[in-house]
Amino acid sequence: MKAGPGLASPGARNAGVHRLSLPALFLLLLLSTIAAVTFGPADITPQEVWSVILHHCGFLPDSPVSRLRDAIVWELRLPRVLTALGIGAGLALAGTVMQALTRNPLADPYLLGLSSGAAFGAVLFLLAGFALLMPLGAFLGSLGALAFALLIAQLLGGATPSRAILAGICISALASAATSYLIFWSATGDSYREILSWLMGSLSGSLWADAGLVGAALLLCAPIILVSGRALDAFAFGDNAAASLGIDVPRLRWILLGATALLTGIMVAIGGAIGFVGLVIPHAVRLATGSRHRVLLPHAMLAGAIFMLWTDTAARTLFDPRELPVGIITALIGAPVFLFVLLRYRRMT
Amino acid sequence: MSLEIANLSVGKAGKTILSDIGFTAPRGQVTGLIGPNGAGKSTLLAALLGLAPSSGHVRFEGQDLMAMTRRDRARLAAFVEQSANTEERLSVRDVVALGRTPFQSALASANGAEDQAVIAAALAETGMTAFAARRFDTLSGGEQQRVHIARALAQTPHLLLLDEPTSHLDISAQLQLLALLRRKAMAGTTVLLALHDLNLAARFCDHLVVLKAGTLAAEGAPARVLDPALLHHVYGVRARLLHDAFAGHSVIVYDEAIPETLPHNPD
Repeated sequence: MKAGPGLASPGARNAGVHRLSLPALFLLLLLSTIAAVTFGPADITPQEVWSVILHHCGFLPDSPVSRLRDAIVWELRLPRVLTALGIGAGLALAGTVMQALTRNPLADPYLLGLSSGAAFGAVLFLLAGFALLMPLGAFLGSLGALAFALLIAQLLGGATPSRAILAGICISALASAATSYLIFWSATGDSYREILSWLMGSLSGSLWADAGLVGAALLLCAPIILVSGRALDAFAFGDNAAASLGIDVPRLRWILLGATALLTGIMVAIGGAIGFVGLVIPHAVRLATGSRHRVLLPHAMLAGAIFMLWTDTAARTLFDPRELPVGIITALIGAPVFLFVLLRYRRMT
Repeated sequence: MSLEIANLSVGKAGKTILSDIGFTAPRGQVTGLIGPNGAGKSTLLAALLGLAPSSGHVRFEGQDLMAMTRRDRARLAAFVEQSANTEERLSVRDVVALGRTPFQSALASANGAEDQAVIAAALAETGMTAFAARRFDTLSGGEQQRVHIARALAQTPHLLLLDEPTSHLDISAQLQLLALLRRKAMAGTTVLLALHDLNLAARFCDHLVVLKAGTLAAEGAPARVLDPALLHHVYGVRARLLHDAFAGHSVIVYDEAIPETLPHNPD
């Protein structure tokens, strides 16, 4: 039988394109960042954004931009844009890793209940008076949810995609109920509304400290994940196949799932339970690059950052002056993609 | 130089699956692992790869296989599972390239010239060169199994372990695959494979190891091992050997199954 061009692997077909696609995505990310900062109630030009950035990085001693406009760019919009970039990159990486490790196309921090667990941990620490330790609470929450999901899957006799989703539903329901209970008894007036908006996923009011924390989590976890690409490829045919190719399966699994839980915990602590980014991005990127993780992971990371940046920009500008929680927009895009993935992999589920 | 197994036992959750197995798979020969379902064939192969907790000694070419790191073992021994599928979008070449995993560092960006040569040779040896760019999940079961063999060959193994590699293949694909394994053995590879079809085992294996309920029932040349008394004892079937004058060896025909509940009735 001859290999028809329509059946060729997209990975093989586009082998030469990858060398250019990463720099291209990176350039798009840079341009998107500048462009997104110009969007908003106050009209600011790309040149002004550029000047403000250069000024604050010490390359431009005298900024031509007024103090107020400088503050809008530097204190309001830029931290938020950078936070969005980091959260998008982190969630996309987390989703890609979970899909590979569990051989489950539906795996995603949100669908498997990690985000709900993280939200519960964060709210618990917040209402107990440890607001500064919220990220730690979120990490412990997502770790607990992950352990719980793996335990349920084990009890069911192995994690098939549908079992994992059912375990995720169970964990999400439990964690959401516990979170609601906490809020119902402890939160008052304004904090109630604020917590609810955050729970739906919102980057409103992001500060440099938030961007810094997201960046630190990425700097810690992304390198570990990115160098595991070859090992993740070996999981294509399951744990035994990976082990027989020389992969230390238990060790790699714990390291990568730990990194995933940490990423999810921090991203939820800052941005709330923003769903479906970890599902939409890896599947979209896989269609273009194929499944080899050394190619897929860096592309998914950049694409996730760009996706999050534009959905958040839409969330804060579409219904100006009111702001939409960005989680609503990602869910509007993500739910149909979820259905698409379900149909595509119906043989498995 | 060969694969030497002594006192190998495997227990899972308090239950003994293999007890005190000992045999030698000679180098450059095809050794067949036979026995009824649940006899422990797959567990034995898994234990040799360190995939099942085991006690005992496994030496290959003078080295202790169990004491090696996973990576070192993967450079020496390759494993082909019964039928392994994937939902990943991988080309045939991508799958075969997985065989180079134990030889590559995490940071190396692409397959080097030596890797490319080994991958090309593995594709050629299994007759899959023309399929290299095809998506793995568009292939037939027989073609997929050939890709798995090619992936194993890309590990340039000295020891090739296969768990019922012929089980989902049509007759022609089975014969092709076993002939390929014979060629690899002739070239010096030690081949150990679990098989269901006793006539194929008799025809293609130099050496047979028979398992029954986790213990070693017999070991030796096919002509010596496969006799009606052993088939009765191990498989609980009444069988006869017919001489095939054309091929010059015996063929097994099965007459009936003997229910296990009946007491042994020597006829």
